[in-house]
Amino acid sequence: MPQDRPSAAELLAAIADFLREEAIPALDRSEPRLGFQMRVAVNSLAILEREARLGPEADRREHERLQTLLSRDGTLGELNRALAQELRTGQRDERDAALMAHLDATIADKIAIANPKWR
Amino acid sequence: MTVHAATEAEQVSEVLARAAGRHFGATARIETLARESGGASRQTWSFDAVVDATRHELILRRDPPLAGRPGSERSSSLDRPTEFRVLRAAFKAGVRAPEPLFELTPQDGLGEAYVMRRMRGTAIARKLLRDAPYAEARRRIPLQLGEIVARIHATDTATLPPLVTKQAADQIALLRGALDQMADPQPVFELALSWLDRRKPAPVERPLLVHGDYRTGNYLADETGVTAILDWEGAHLGDPVEDLGWLCVKSWRFGAVDKPAGGFGSRDELWAAYERAGGRKVDPARAHWWEVLGTARWGIICHQQAWRHLSGAVKSMELASIGRRAVETEVDLLQLLKAGG
Repeated sequence: MPQDRPSAAELLAAIADFLREEAIPALDRSEPRLGFQMRVAVNSLAILEREARLGPEADRREHERLQTLLSRDGTLGELNRALAQELRTGQRDERDAALMAHLDATIADKIAIANPKWR
Repeated sequence: MTVHAATEAEQVSEVLARAAGRHFGATARIETLARESGGASRQTWSFDAVVDATRHELILRRDPPLAGRPGSERSSSLDRPTEFRVLRAAFKAGVRAPEPLFELTPQDGLGEAYVMRRMRGTAIARKLLRDAPYAEARRRIPLQLGEIVARIHATDTATLPPLVTKQAADQIALLRGALDQMADPQPVFELALSWLDRRKPAPVERPLLVHGDYRTGNYLADETGVTAILDWEGAHLGDPVEDLGWLCVKSWRFGAVDKPAGGFGSRDELWAAYERAGGRKVDPARAHWWEVLGTARWGIICHQQAWRHLSGAVKSMELASIGRRAVETEVDLLQLLKAGG
């Protein structure tokens, strides 16, 4: 049964807003070192908020692509381990267009969660 | 400040007074002692030693006795006595670096530690890249970084303590070993390391002193530009182009992405300054290879930093959060691999 609202993303966003707007200014006045640490924490909360919204769908797409690319079934972890092994041994490399399309899509989804401003 | 911290500061102050007295040959009074940075194990302290009427502005670099155990930090880092000798050799070779003054002895009880001169300037990239007082410095920094690293590479290796040699192939093996020590498979890093392996440059016949962490954030600069190169604990022997590639890794541009030379200039400006100052002519393909290696290396270090927390070695939210920065280098690696080379 789903939880009541706020959703995970909404609750994480509310916590991050509170810490950014009220806790950080107070900390900067009294404990600058903790102010810095709190910025790190707020940044991580923002990542979690995006992950709560975008993560499940991104994982599903990655899993689907990996099954097609490797022509086999398995958990997301198993398939990534198999792919990593093929890349270590050179069975596949950057000349494989399907591989590169998969990695581009996977990394685009990951950076949209971890740091959408990165360029 | 906690009672424990006050006790530690008092102990450090007493020892420094004794050691500075020995070095300067007169009674020394220690003032304005403050912990600058670092975790429990690799510490930096700032202080003044007043000897007769002269005030010496100094820095203590210190690994406390208990924290010095192997594996407590990145194990590839130099110990403090070796770092002191590398810094001394580089300083004598004319590298713009803090002058190393004296080492503490085991009897002093502070662990492995040495004292160097405190230099003017800030290491904070955000200030150097954006604040008004550094406008002129921003023009000079890429050229100065080229000149200074040429000096580092010209350091007579006979004057150095024994250092490990890391050729291109060694770097790949180290990074693959690091991936194998962590739990999760990393397809993009595996792809990049295989790409690097197939294109790796021939070993350099005469390995030179490589700084090993030559980047924005690891030097001080003031309104006139670079005042001192810091953070020598990654020094080793190897391919000098490694330092030029690492400096251009996108993560060290701190948002100034169109200025590869540390966020301040072009690769051509950097290389021209390097060559004018006596550095060997830079092969662009070789520099690109080291920039790709450096990008993969920083990403894998991000995972290693997070792993220090995840493995239970250190409890740190800051370290944990660095794990989520690794994907930034995956974005960059896919771009770099498509750029060819």
